[in-house]
Amino acid sequence: MRLAKKKDAYAIPMKKQIWNARASYILLAPFLLLFTVFIVIPIISSIVLSFTSFNMLQMPKFVGFDNYIRMFLEDDIFVKALKNTLVFALITGPIGYILSFVIAWLINEMNHVFRWLLVLIMYAPTLSGNIYYIWTFIFSGDSKGLVNSSLIKMGIINDPIQWLTDSSYNVSVVLVVIIWMSLGSGFLAFVAGFNALDRSYFEAAAIDGVRNRFEELWYITIPQMGPQLLFGAVMSISGAFAVGYANAAITGFPSSNYSTHTLLLHMLDYGTIRFEMGYASALAVVLFGIMLVTWIAIKKLLSKIS
Amino acid sequence: MALKLFRKRAKSKVKLSRSFGGTLMIFLFLIIVGAFMALPIVYSVIQSIKPFDEIFAYPPKFFVKRPTFDNYIQVYLLCQNLWVPLSRYLFNSFFIAGVGTFVYVIIASMAAFPLSKHKFPAKTAISLLIIWALLFRPEVTGVAQYMIISKLSMIDTYWSMLLPPLAGTFGVFLMMQFMQTAIPDSVLEAARIDGASEYKIFFRIAMPSVKPAWLTLIIFTFQSFWNATGVSYIYDESLKPLPSVLSSISSGGLARAGASSAVAVILLVPPIVIFIISQSSMTETMAHTGLK
Repeated sequence: MRLAKKKDAYAIPMKKQIWNARASYILLAPFLLLFTVFIVIPIISSIVLSFTSFNMLQMPKFVGFDNYIRMFLEDDIFVKALKNTLVFALITGPIGYILSFVIAWLINEMNHVFRWLLVLIMYAPTLSGNIYYIWTFIFSGDSKGLVNSSLIKMGIINDPIQWLTDSSYNVSVVLVVIIWMSLGSGFLAFVAGFNALDRSYFEAAAIDGVRNRFEELWYITIPQMGPQLLFGAVMSISGAFAVGYANAAITGFPSSNYSTHTLLLHMLDYGTIRFEMGYASALAVVLFGIMLVTWIAIKKLLSKIS
Repeated sequence: MALKLFRKRAKSKVKLSRSFGGTLMIFLFLIIVGAFMALPIVYSVIQSIKPFDEIFAYPPKFFVKRPTFDNYIQVYLLCQNLWVPLSRYLFNSFFIAGVGTFVYVIIASMAAFPLSKHKFPAKTAISLLIIWALLFRPEVTGVAQYMIISKLSMIDTYWSMLLPPLAGTFGVFLMMQFMQTAIPDSVLEAARIDGASEYKIFFRIAMPSVKPAWLTLIIFTFQSFWNATGVSYIYDESLKPLPSVLSSISSGGLARAGASSAVAVILLVPPIVIFIISQSSMTETMAHTGLK
């Protein structure tokens, strides 16, 4: 009792704390202002809209949890999109994340020019927003496609395979393209992270008896890379669960039998084609929820490692 | 020979050995992954210098027999017929991407510094909001964003292409993560005791120690500004950026197949230049050298 009182007497009052930190707030101010106006307010209004029926012409009408109930009980395509999204995310997310880290690690050992040339090659697929259209030429369904014509020439197949429309193939094609693009922002953050490592630790570790590069990686590098690993994880999650644009560009929108349909595409369908903004917003909230849960789980896992 | 390809490890006399077999494995792995990454890009460059009949030849060839710049000339000629001169679109794109990148890198770093290195009320809440915002897809927030932009009467101005991306949390999060470990608290303390203001500390100590981070951020930011088409905010033809006009050229069906590969290659050039400038200035003696 007494102790608590004493502590209170020494605690700095809130007003004073804020005043003392004025430099922090001033540095934050420009970004925070823009963030509030262009991100926070739109997100809050989307969350509010998810409880309404809104067609962008009439005023939104409050409908409670109807949008969410409709998703799971009435919308078969939503269930399919959810399943596809999870499959895509669980395959491409971890592969992309681990590949980014391993390649950044290997490249880090190279000399300067060789290193950034390799980084450029690995990052090139992400450099342009829509260069993935080239895959539609490579996997084109007629015999003029690069893959089909090579396979026919080699005598493996006689008739061209409908890579992009046959639902037993197009999921794999999309997976290849997404993995092709997976060395993105997380990868560059890892490259920069490796570059910023404090080299003196390695020397000390070598003297202390780290025997090989894997031990060095596990005991010295990874603990130092904690912040970059977290950054890469958030980017992987937000990229992996928001899969869709490449699917639409390669296999068409909607894809045959909704075979590569995802939550993001479902959201775009309702938001930009059917103009059911309430339902589209509810889909965005569900997608956000899935990502947040994954993020919290991965954050726990990463804090155990480093 | 292979030794030269690896950078010198810290002045250490203790060396971790690497077997010849291990080196070979690493090279094989990097070559395979590199080929997988690069070949589609190489293919699209080759497509853009193929003459019309080779693009539609059967069987299709990966390589080009008679390289030609016809496709690029076609893009140039199509641009001559535009109502607004091409130089105007070029200016719009470079202006927005240049100013936007410069401003974003500064305000994002300014915000990241106190969030990673200071203590103040509401810090945790703001940091969490910034990470969570990365997980909310912007596709449905477009309506609200449009209403805000039009209320601020910024439709058909450069502001509509500049301000919303400047609010992105991506760069703040990136800079926060790097500042956490790259700037030792002892150095900040020492600077404060010497009487440096927080602003001076930010520009003189914090920014130089996270150079790899902001060099990387420049790439991401330039890329996202460069690829923006301004589709729902800009209706005035003379304010539109280059990608919007080029994508309308490339959407001309089969007859424009060559031109559309040329367009894709042209749009790839500026981000690559920025990438090379940024990555090549990421030298090895960084971060901790000036701080000891």
